[in-house]
Amino acid sequence: MELKANMAGNVWKVNIKEGDKVETDQDVVILESMKMEIPIAAEKAGTVTELKVNEGDFVNEGDVIAVID
Amino acid sequence: MIQKILIANRGEIAARIIRTCQNLGIKTVAVYSEADQQAPYVKIADESQLIGPPRVNESYLNVDKIISIAKDAGADAIHPGYGFLSENGEFVQRCQNEGLIFIGPSSEVMRQMGSKIAARKTMKEAGVPVVPGTDGGVDSLEEAIETAHKIGYPIMLKASAGGGGIGMQVVKSDDELTKAFESNSKRALTFFGDGSMFLEKKLENARHIEIQLLADEHGNAIHLFERECSVQRRNQKVIEEAPSSFISQETRKAMGEAAVSAARALHYTNAGTIEFLVDENENYYFLEMNTRIQVEHPVTEEITGVDIVEQQLKIAQGKPLKIEQKDIKINGHSIEARIYAEDPVTFFPSPGYLSKFEEPKGDFIRNELSVTEDVDVTPFYDPMIGKLIVKGDTRQEAISLLKDALLQYKIEGIKTNIPMLLKVVDHEEFKIGNTTTDFVQKHYLPLAKTN
Repeated sequence: MELKANMAGNVWKVNIKEGDKVETDQDVVILESMKMEIPIAAEKAGTVTELKVNEGDFVNEGDVIAVID
Repeated sequence: MIQKILIANRGEIAARIIRTCQNLGIKTVAVYSEADQQAPYVKIADESQLIGPPRVNESYLNVDKIISIAKDAGADAIHPGYGFLSENGEFVQRCQNEGLIFIGPSSEVMRQMGSKIAARKTMKEAGVPVVPGTDGGVDSLEEAIETAHKIGYPIMLKASAGGGGIGMQVVKSDDELTKAFESNSKRALTFFGDGSMFLEKKLENARHIEIQLLADEHGNAIHLFERECSVQRRNQKVIEEAPSSFISQETRKAMGEAAVSAARALHYTNAGTIEFLVDENENYYFLEMNTRIQVEHPVTEEITGVDIVEQQLKIAQGKPLKIEQKDIKINGHSIEARIYAEDPVTFFPSPGYLSKFEEPKGDFIRNELSVTEDVDVTPFYDPMIGKLIVKGDTRQEAISLLKDALLQYKIEGIKTNIPMLLKVVDHEEFKIGNTTTDFVQKHYLPLAKTN
């Protein structure tokens, strides 16, 4: 499934690499928007097959951050 | 004589500074990032220059660019507003080197007060009581834990270089401290370039009450009374008022005098604010000093009739203060509500396209806006999109005016904290003035999920 940004912001921290296994609700990436940290968590457990962002990137609402299968 | 000023800021404060400059016949140069091209303040300035891409490091914090625009435009002075470069001692020095007047205090004073750790030390030496806590910084988690035990939980973990509520957190146990120490230090390093941390005892049932100061370059210093700013979320102010309905006349006088003596001891010049925490017994403790104009300065202007920006400009030109302490009187009651682009329950930011925006209007209403209809509220900056200020004869009247005004907003495209503000001003505890710094947590959050 595609994990998407729920609002526009900067990618502040990337907590995973491609190939990592993640659990439900694990924070995959932390965005920074309007000076606040917005954790983006995995909706279901799985493996990160694609990581689409780097720290420092800007994302818009709806942009795909990672693909977790 | 200042004939032209560059405003090194954006949004409502840039517009506010430009307005006073226009009243005084001073020409204005605005700078804007790519995200702020449609912002109202850009349109009202005499000249405006694109300063860079949206990110603050590439725009509003780009010192070289700002200085070069100021010089090319023939500006005499730079007003830094609040946030950004306003408390950056190196920037002040740079302006001086380039022959530009910086509207604010000297770089020495700024550097002294810019470190909350150093500021506490200076105030202690000047005889001002400070919030119980560490004398210096804590360099490691181990040291933090040891110190926390000495002070006693709950404690406030704070970034020495912090502002806007960033890098501070209430901590109740070793476990929480372990989690908070590194993350807050890192945030502080990211936002302020300095990750030094210190600890203070968390005072319970305390009020955040601050004193506005004006000091000229001739040794004159006065205060413009206090502002009560305890209604906060995420350690950032949401509602501010003047005067405080809690402190007695005696305490008011004592705090004002303490603030003025501290200003004199520092050789402070221009506008500044000393923030205190006041406990239930009206004991006051120094929290920090802000060596700049503050977001909430309008409520002081409304009750004293003083234009603080105008005073800043006059002081910066070397003029002696024409106002004496005995001339300053409190007239009525003023309340300011900050309008944030965020969810009123979770406080998560709500950037987006402002398809509709209409602000309240009325005789006792003052709007300071960063936005207008048809602009994008972007995620690059602070979530505050504007301020609503009202003035009444009494606090009750001011609350009533505030509520009526809040109900007039018509906003579509983003979420705002207006529903939160309405719940707060309607709350019994707010109405009777029981505003302590845990107000939002204690009285608003439990209500927040209901309608």
